[in-house]
Amino acid sequence: MPAINVSKALDQGHVQDQASRAFDLAEAPLRELNQALHNLTPGSNQTAWEVLNPKGSHSVAVGVDQPITIDVRGSVGYYCGGMNDGSTITVHGSAGPGVGENMMSGSIIVKGDASQYAGATGRGGLLVIEGNASSRCGISMKGIDIVVHGNIGHMSAFMAQSGNLVVLGDAGDALGDSIYEARLFVRGKVGSLGADCIAKEMRPEHLELLQGLLDRAGVTGVKAAEFKRYGSARTLYNFNIDNADAY
Amino acid sequence: MCGIVGLFLKDKSLEPQLGSMLSQMLISLSDRGPDSAGIAIYGAPSGHEAKITIQSAKPERDFVGLDAELAKAIGAPVSIAVKSTHAVVRTTHDKIDEARETIRALRPDIRIMGAGDVVEIYKEVGLPEAVVDRFDVRSMTGTHGIGHTRMATESAVTTMGAHPFSTGADQCLVHNGSLSNHNNVRRELIREGMTFETENDTEVAAAYLSSQMAHGKNLGEALEGTLSDLDGFFTFVVGTKNGFGVVRDPIACKPAVMAETDQYVAFGSEYRALTKLPGIDSARVWEPEPATVYFWEH
Repeated sequence: MPAINVSKALDQGHVQDQASRAFDLAEAPLRELNQALHNLTPGSNQTAWEVLNPKGSHSVAVGVDQPITIDVRGSVGYYCGGMNDGSTITVHGSAGPGVGENMMSGSIIVKGDASQYAGATGRGGLLVIEGNASSRCGISMKGIDIVVHGNIGHMSAFMAQSGNLVVLGDAGDALGDSIYEARLFVRGKVGSLGADCIAKEMRPEHLELLQGLLDRAGVTGVKAAEFKRYGSARTLYNFNIDNADAY
Repeated sequence: MCGIVGLFLKDKSLEPQLGSMLSQMLISLSDRGPDSAGIAIYGAPSGHEAKITIQSAKPERDFVGLDAELAKAIGAPVSIAVKSTHAVVRTTHDKIDEARETIRALRPDIRIMGAGDVVEIYKEVGLPEAVVDRFDVRSMTGTHGIGHTRMATESAVTTMGAHPFSTGADQCLVHNGSLSNHNNVRRELIREGMTFETENDTEVAAAYLSSQMAHGKNLGEALEGTLSDLDGFFTFVVGTKNGFGVVRDPIACKPAVMAETDQYVAFGSEYRALTKLPGIDSARVWEPEPATVYFWEH
């Protein structure tokens, strides 16, 4: 397979065996990488993948549906790990717009920053941004868990329907605008709350849930009690003329 | 979509490479806009001369003999350097406005791309690589520059509809997005005496900034004004004789990423435009905040 650059991987000190494959995007097109990932079948021995030289490429490792690990060495462009269903993708760099969009399960870890709408419409799995995320983080999230070590931008969790958004830093303006049912936990300041989003009481079950998310996201030295919880006031569920200004 | 790039050099040793760096950045974003491409390069000032970049669909007819006719008409020395459909006309500072009017009179089909002490603007229909090759942009030197590859959403796919738009001496602007109140703003600017070459929304933004700066605002203040006076989606990257600015609208749905090192400030619609810049792996890379003005001046 032209996509496997064994000698280069060995030169860089990677152990090359049946279980791991290095794919150099400087030498082979992205389409071959994604096709090779889509060709994997349940029980495949090729469980560890490494992607070299992404240099801002779009759609790296989109649509993976097997429980493998993928280490991306560098920064990616749009939609990295989109629709991920069960794999563990680590971006050793920053991610462009739409990282993990519509993720189903598995996890994506971004070591750097993420651009707009990280985790948008995600239905499951865990997205961890170790740096900052930009605007619209978790927009229309539908069950995904998102943990951001830094700050998030404006309009995050807009129309969020289910899942948990955890922010260790600050959130921008209009957090949770028109939110349905997702839980938002913010440790820092919130620029402003969007329509129908309110601060809510942190009950024991929320502390327990949040602590579990922090543990899964590799966050240490931070207590669940340091966060505030935000969620839906549920006044926009049914049209009421008195709420017309809030829509 | 559209793709925009900008590069402002702090380190003089990079100036010979400005054209090649900017070309590479723009070509990397070709698939954001296949309709047309353009680039504005700010070169070194050349003493007493100012220049006008002109364009003609029939360069063999319009450019031949223009230097002699123009020199005679305005009574000043004139030189012309032809590059494909474009040419750079040089004359003395004090004759630049007269030269501009005279060119229009002598060759009605010529379009003025821009004018000033240092700026040259090359733009045509087609992909960035073709435009860059056609005008040999890679060999150009300079202090800063901006570029654009267009996916047309407002106005026709023509040379004049391509970016950058230049509406004042050494000023130009590239835009990703679309403005919704450009007709109203255009009417107000026309009342002020400004003229327009196209129906394009971006030309209105360029003219708005020129108008603000003509009223004494600096680049940063003029960019601040776009946030209250222009309505719509925009990421603007702007060049002036010695400055470089960036602003995004408050919604900020158009992509933008910036990088800064001791050697340069760079802007790209996407990170991949920046990946071949020197020292990018250790650069400070960030996404410009919405409704926030960034600018640098030499």
